[in-house]
Parts: sequence; structure tokens; C-alpha cells
Amino acid sequence: MTAPAHSILPLKVENLSYRANGLVLIDSVSFALERPVRTVILGPNGAGKSLLLRLCHGLIPPSGGQVAWNAPDPARHQAMVFQRPVLLRRGVAANVGFGLRLRGVGRAERRARVAEALALAGLTDLADRPARVLSVGEQQRLALVRAWILRPEILFLDEPTANLDPAATRAVESVIDAIHRAGTGIVLTTQDLHQARRLADQILFLHRGRLIERAPAERFFAGPASLEGAAFIKGDLVW
Amino acid sequence: MKRLLAMLTLAALAPGLALSAGAETITLASTTSTENSGLFAHLLPRFEAASGIGVNVVAVGSGAAFKIGERGDADVLLVHDPVGEEAFVAAGFGIDRRAVMYNDFVVVGPKSDPAGIAGGSDAVAAFRALADQHAQFYSRGDDSGTHRAERRIWTAAGIDPSTASGEWYFETGSGMGATLNTAAAQDGHALADRGTWLSFKNRRDLALLVAGDERLYNPYSVILVNPARHLHVKQAPARAFMDWLTGPDGQAAIDDFTVAGERLFFPNAGRSKE
Amino acid sequence: MSDIGAGFALALGLIWSLDADFVEIVLRSLYVSTIAVALAAVIGLPLGAAVALFRFPGRHFVAVLLNALMGLPPVVVGLSVYLVLSRAGPLGVLGLLFSVPAMILAQSILVTPIVAALTRQTVEDLWVEYAELMRSLGARPAQMVATLLWDARFSLFTAVLAGFGRASAEVGAVMLVGGNIDHLTRVMTTTIVLETSRGDLPLALGLGLVLIVLSLAVNGAVYLMREVTREPVA
Repeated sequence: MTAPAHSILPLKVENLSYRANGLVLIDSVSFALERPVRTVILGPNGAGKSLLLRLCHGLIPPSGGQVAWNAPDPARHQAMVFQRPVLLRRGVAANVGFGLRLRGVGRAERRARVAEALALAGLTDLADRPARVLSVGEQQRLALVRAWILRPEILFLDEPTANLDPAATRAVESVIDAIHRAGTGIVLTTQDLHQARRLADQILFLHRGRLIERAPAERFFAGPASLEGAAFIKGDLVW
Repeated sequence: MKRLLAMLTLAALAPGLALSAGAETITLASTTSTENSGLFAHLLPRFEAASGIGVNVVAVGSGAAFKIGERGDADVLLVHDPVGEEAFVAAGFGIDRRAVMYNDFVVVGPKSDPAGIAGGSDAVAAFRALADQHAQFYSRGDDSGTHRAERRIWTAAGIDPSTASGEWYFETGSGMGATLNTAAAQDGHALADRGTWLSFKNRRDLALLVAGDERLYNPYSVILVNPARHLHVKQAPARAFMDWLTGPDGQAAIDDFTVAGERLFFPNAGRSKE
Repeated sequence: MSDIGAGFALALGLIWSLDADFVEIVLRSLYVSTIAVALAAVIGLPLGAAVALFRFPGRHFVAVLLNALMGLPPVVVGLSVYLVLSRAGPLGVLGLLFSVPAMILAQSILVTPIVAALTRQTVEDLWVEYAELMRSLGARPAQMVATLLWDARFSLFTAVLAGFGRASAEVGAVMLVGGNIDHLTRVMTTTIVLETSRGDLPLALGLGLVLIVLSLAVNGAVYLMREVTREPVA
């Protein structure tokens, strides 16, 4: 598993739209991601955050516009963690190493890298347990390092702590932090303002499928330029 | 993992492969009545001991036996349907037809004899009585030798029982044993070959009612499947079987085959048929 | 009713005495059905998974067809295979008619749709859960099939057992392509037919009871195997 000859960044999203059942769900979204910073896509329910993430990651084809990476095979250097962790019916270690197995990494190397990943997530003691007996928080940490073990340049996370209690949320956020410090760019969606404040370097504020505002995190939280952004921070914008 | 799979596959196929090697065998297509009587269990071990040739018996209805012969799926036939046999040979599917043995058909029915035919030896009269009284009759209805013999008797009696099919005349479309099972369960009449009847174990209240009519004569012949038509037919061992069957050893073996003290088949090789 | 009692007694007697002919027939029945089911699994498992996972024109038709073929009458399969393997048929030169391999072939044709259709449903249900993750990780089609088959293994085992039940219980196919030849192609179900036509109903029943006991034994063994290897659920 080697790093790309050149980075897959910058990502250029141009006039991205998505239509389904006659409804426009993503409407001409454009932005660029130059460096592997921590980007938080913020917005109320139904804003289209999950959809935007999946469009960027390539899980869904857009109806219009384009998602342009700087490399011919960008998918190999991205990974995604979903709101509800999907675990294979195998052990914890087997789950973590699954992506490596798919890429043909040998058993010895896999074992070493799985151990490293488990340590990062604090799951070393649970290595031989069936993955499905873990608590949701532990499962989400597993999903995180299962993605990280592939050394993606960008990690997409779709409301990763939406179903977790505060303690588990803290544990997950610390793993995200460790992953970022190791060099991976983070693109995370959330409705949780506090989480956004904790984690974001920059904010993409989404409302009803449109990118309303884009700003460095400090500036956004000090005073959002848009009406919707301001309303959202105050807690007035429900959807 | 792959090596384990390969070994398992070999182990699984081995028994099948082993069977195909080994002693010479021929395939004999015969009828269920002959098989059910137990004759082959008595005869074939003797032939095998004498010749080293194994005989695989496929027992089906006569119609199916002829079909198997036509298609070349057997080497030799042992059947009891003179009309069908003649057609088979005439069409060039079989050669060297030889008489082997005979027995007879018998009319069986409820011990209580509701139609009053017990003890008779006139099959045609018995059938007339059955028709007159609408007594239940179970026909094989499968175009077998037995069925054709039965139809000949109805014709001789001037009756067409198919018009009453489903009322008192029932066509089971099955083998002898299945038909007897049905007749026994329903307390009806049937025409059976003596071999099957004597070895049949589910008689319930059925008894032998009519026998001895020469129209009930049931001859068995052996026919070689025509090797000119089917080149793969194992001529030599098949002929060896036919020679043994019609020779002194085979005929003696047929003669001393009994069930509950009664002989089921009477050897008659040498009485040639056209 | 007395026939049933006699049947029970005979069944016990056969099992206890381990009569040589009886043992031979039982082993042959198990051999034919097991190999047939193994073949059906080798074909049916990946086939079912592929139909579940991949979009191709006519996909829904294939799924419906597989479901429908689960109801293939054994005697029709037997007749078709007979016509193909007969000397007068296209594959006659192989001389395979009236043999154990012919019986295995007929039974695998019978069982493959069962395994494939049940696999398709099981994998389809699991795919709902796994699809995004597998695509996100960049799994190739063959890898998706392998992962889903392994993760669904417990449900798929039941599908295979359903196939085994069908194979070991049928008589129409093996009778036609095997010929019920003594010491060669005779199996339990064809023996039951034979003894019934001989009027030996207690023996036929007894053999039938043995067949049921065998089926219980096979399923029991598989169940125990699963329990021993099963992972605990959260």
C-alpha cells in the first residue's frame, strides 16, 4: 500500500447537483479542497450533507457537475466511515485488516499493521472478539481504524458520533484526531455545533442542498456571513 | 487449502471410478414382474460364478424395456410380450430371439368371490361375469405384456372395458406390484402373472380365483439387442448369457426356483419361435 | 396400523443387525446425495451470490427462474437426463446411463436451483447492509461474492441442507437414470419403491423410517457442528 506518486488533492467540486424523484437534493455546489485539513460540513437535517459526502467519495454518480480529483484512481486513497458502523461477521482484528486483505497485503504485514491500528483505537484487548459483540462506540472506533489502515489521503465521516453517548463520542473524536495528526485529511458531516467547534479547521455550511457559506472555522463561529448560518448557530434553523 | 480440496475431490470420486473398472458386465433389460418374483436373485449368482460375467438388471415395464432396447441402452432383453417381441425383432432392433421359460397369468380377486368366478378355468367367461356384474377390476393400463394379454381376453369376450373406465374398470398405469397393492386395498380383481402373485406379500383378502386357461399362457423370451444397429452392444458376453439361460444349467436353475414350495417359471428353451 | 408397527420393528432390526445389503444401500444413498449436493453448492452458491450482487439485463427474470426451478419435478429431471445420457441421445457415447455418476448428475441438477435461489435471497438481504462499505473499500466483484458468501455462511448452510433433504428424499430421478440395479445403482428410495411393488409394506416402511432417521442424523450433526463453531451474538 503505497502513497500516490502525487497527491489526489486538490479536489475540485464544480456545480455539483443531484436529483431524485423530481426533487433537487444537491443544487450547484462548488468548492475546492486544497490541503488535508479538517473540513466539517455543517447543516440542519435534510440539508444534503450525507448525500454530498457520498457524491464526493464516488458512491453515488452526480446528476450534474463533476467531482474532480488530481489523480486517475482517487478511490484507492480515500475511505469512509458511516453513521452506523457496518461490521463483518468476523473478529475485530479480521475486520480491521479486511481492507488490506482486499488489496492483497500479505498475512505478516497485515498482522503488524492491524496491531498498530488496534493500538491507535484502544482496541488491542478486544482483538479476538467477534466484532458484533462490541459496544457501538467500540464498533465505530473499529470502523475508523479499519478505514485508516489503508492510509487514505482523505477520510470521509458521515455523522460518526450521532448514535453515541458523550464518553464514546470523546473516544471517537480522539481517534479522529490521531488519524488527522498522522496525515489524513478529514471531511466530516455533523449537526452537532459543539463537535464542529471542536474538530473543524474550515466549515462548509449546507442548507437545503446549497452551499450557503464557506469559511475558516474561527471566522464562521465568531460571526457567520449568512443569515441561515447565523440562525443555525443560534439554534433557530431546524431544517 | 487447494490441496485439501483436490484430495477430497479424488476421495469422493474414487468409489465411482473403482466401480467402472473390474469384471465384465452386461446390461439386461427385463420386466418388473420378473424382478419382483426374485428369479434374478436366484439365477444370476449362478451365471456369474460359472462365467465371471456380471449382469446388471434394469427392471421396468415391458414397453419401457423395448424402448431401452431400441435406444441401445441395454445389451439383452428378457421380456414376456410375444406381440411386442415380434415387432421388436421385425423392426430390426433385436436378433436371435429364443424362448426361455413360461408361466401363466391368473385372475385374482376377493376371497369372498362376489362375481362367482372362483375355481373356473375359462378366463373369457370369468371376464364376462365381471363385466356383467360391474365387479371392480384393476388393470395395469400400461401397455405391458400383462396388459396386452388382459386386453386380448376382453376382446375375446367381446367387451370394451375402457367405456367403463373409472366406474368399475380402473387403469392404474402402474407395474404389477403397484396394481396388486391397489386391488388388495380396494378388494377388487386383477390379472397377474403367477410369478408376481406367488411372491407378492400384500395379498390381504385377495385369492387366486381363475387359472388354467390356455389363453393365459405367458411365455418369456430373451432377445439380443441388435449389434449391427448399436455397435457398442457387448455381443460376446450377452450371447454367453443367452446360451447359459437356454442351456441345461440355466434351465435347471429356472426349474428349481420355488417360492413357498411352488415353481414360478417352467423352462421351455428349444421350442423355437419365429 | 400393524404394518407401521412391523415397519418400526424391521427398521430397528436392520439398523441393529447391519445387514450387508442394507448397509451397502445406505452408504450408496449417502454417497450419491452428498456428492450431488457438493456439486450443487459449488455451482449454486456463487451463482446465487452473483445474481444477488450484480446488475445485468434480465436479472429479475433469472431470479424468478431460479425460484421456479426449485419446484422442478424429480421425475422430469430424471427423464431429461435419461434422454441425454441414453445411447440414442447426444451424450450416449459416454455410456453413463444406469450408473452412479448419472444419478449424481441428475440430483445435482435438481438441487442446484434450490441452493442458488436460497443463496440469492440470503445474499441480497445481507448486501443491503454491506453494499456501501464494500464499494467504499474498493472490493472487486469476486471479492464481494466471497465476502458475502462467507459472512452468510450459517444461513447458506441451511440452504445446502435443504438441498440435501431434497436429494436424499427423491426417487423419480435416480430411478430413471440409475435403473435401480441391484448392487450397482440401488438406493434407499428406489428400494422402498421396489419393496412396495413386491407388497412387502412393512419392509418398505421400515426402510422409510431408516431414511428419516438418517436425515435426522445428518441434520443433527450439522447443527452440532454449527453450535461448536458459532460466534456469540451481541
